[in-house]
Amino acid sequence: MRDRLLFAGQLLFTLLVAAFLVVPAGLSIAAGVTVNYFRGIQSGVTLQWVVQVWDLYADTILLSFIIAFGTLAVTLLAGVPAAYALHLRGGALSRMIEEIITLPVAIPGLALALALLLTYGDFSEFRRSWLFIMVGHVIFTMPFMVRSVMAVFATIDVKTLDEGAASLGASPWRRFRDVIVPNAVPGILAGSLMVVTLSLGEFNLTWMLHTPLTKTLPIGLADSYASMRLEVASAYTLIFFIMIIPLLVAMQRFADRGQVK
Amino acid sequence: MSGGGHGAAVHIEHCGKTFADGTRALEPATLAIARGETLVLLGPSGCGKTTMLRIIAGLELPDPGGKVLFDGKDMTSVPIERRNVGMVFQSYALFPNMTIAENIGYGLKIRGMAKPDRAARVAELVALTGIAGLENRRVDQLSGGQRQRVALARAVAIRPRILLLDEPLTALDAALRERLRGELNRLLRALGITAIYVTHDQAEAMELGDRIVVMRKGAIAQIGSPREIYFAPQNRFVAEFIGAANIVETTVEDGRLVLPGGRLSINGANNLAQAVAMIRPETIGIVAPGNVPLSGMIDSVSFVGDRQRLVVSGAAHKPLTVDAPNTIDAKAGERVGLLIAPEAVRLLPPET
Repeated sequence: MRDRLLFAGQLLFTLLVAAFLVVPAGLSIAAGVTVNYFRGIQSGVTLQWVVQVWDLYADTILLSFIIAFGTLAVTLLAGVPAAYALHLRGGALSRMIEEIITLPVAIPGLALALALLLTYGDFSEFRRSWLFIMVGHVIFTMPFMVRSVMAVFATIDVKTLDEGAASLGASPWRRFRDVIVPNAVPGILAGSLMVVTLSLGEFNLTWMLHTPLTKTLPIGLADSYASMRLEVASAYTLIFFIMIIPLLVAMQRFADRGQVK
Repeated sequence: MSGGGHGAAVHIEHCGKTFADGTRALEPATLAIARGETLVLLGPSGCGKTTMLRIIAGLELPDPGGKVLFDGKDMTSVPIERRNVGMVFQSYALFPNMTIAENIGYGLKIRGMAKPDRAARVAELVALTGIAGLENRRVDQLSGGQRQRVALARAVAIRPRILLLDEPLTALDAALRERLRGELNRLLRALGITAIYVTHDQAEAMELGDRIVVMRKGAIAQIGSPREIYFAPQNRFVAEFIGAANIVETTVEDGRLVLPGGRLSINGANNLAQAVAMIRPETIGIVAPGNVPLSGMIDSVSFVGDRQRLVVSGAAHKPLTVDAPNTIDAKAGERVGLLIAPEAVRLLPPET
């Protein structure tokens, strides 16, 4: 009897906490399809706000995806070999480099953006292109890729595998391609998931780095909150959910399959 | 490249190893390994045996001045992937992303061998190592003993000049270890390849080695055949590390050891006043007291099947261990004579 009471109490508490987090998301989504949020849902349900957002901001959504996958490409190409090198070498120097790579997570995005602007602000072509934002995203997301790949390396004794492949005559590149990368797949997938989602949602850095022509989805969202009806901004949130949830689910599935194998 | 299927001769000259943190893993050592020989590096953990193997493999660079030669050719700065050595790792280092056949064939694939030839060679090796039928399995579907065989097959598939084995049986349980030891021995003899085998297990070293290098604290303590190492250890460390040994430290009078339980005649001690001697437990005979000059009291009897191990006190300063036949009737508390032939007593240099 006491156990059941305890269980009921715990369940109630969990549900309350979940509701605390889920209700705002639900309200925001509801606001996006309400004719007039201040009059409430009885004012009617409409898709006009969604259509309006799509007309106004479709290009920010596209750009967000371009930047996210561009960031992913760079973090994969640079991060996976970096993790391999750092893991194999070990020692104090590798530790130091690892810490330096991780630093941007702790530094406020605004400060990073400021440093980038101070240094590269005068390269106007670069400054105006979306590549500038992507560079910021790479700096910010790189530790997540490097760390997840290194975590896998730590569990599979990658050093011995590497030596095993070397003893059979494989060059460093062959070893990397045939043995290291295939065995690091779970870490690479987990890292990719982090990088893409972080890049899609990144606001701090992007706010400082964007131009009127290089707005990403979160910047557009801030823009609409600031300058348009609440319903429009909420419709934007709805679109954000619709875009990102299937992506997350797909990548999670992919990652799970990689692990089972 | 000469030697055909018999591998290369290996010379190690003044190879020492100091790690970046300043620890000396290996004192400069010089060693010659003949073509086709199986050399065992034996010693407790931390004695430098694995470091020496890794220097020969090309996984570690010796300290400046050290040289590694294969068939007289300087290989010191050649990386492992261009040394054509086969290596079996303690953890096997099998690739989890490949099947068993792909693992065994990987070195052949690197060498650009055509697929049908590769398949034929893999079939040959799975038959040789007794793992036929497992070709399409994944590494995690294999038992420890099977993995060990795959690692061996993969290492010899490339017809290496030298086969390097780093504690290949240590991860297995005792019974399996003993069986695989026999198989490994037959395989090494059949291949006639130069092999360097690292172990801390003296039974493995005895069975497999043409010669054994006993190592201690980064230095070579003795090099010799298993018989030499066992019967003629050059120092106390080797005597005690290989097999069981009674070490007797005492004064000498008229070429005989002076012991609490009597006098013991030995060879070659005529000019000594003090001696350190080794007596193997199985060389001590149990006889009736009074018939021989040395006697003592049985402290304990442990019956272990093929023999019984007695501990006899009062004969020497410390209790002596005696391996007696399993047929004699010995009881604790009994007084017995100890029959030790002079040639069974090995004099050791005094400990420095």
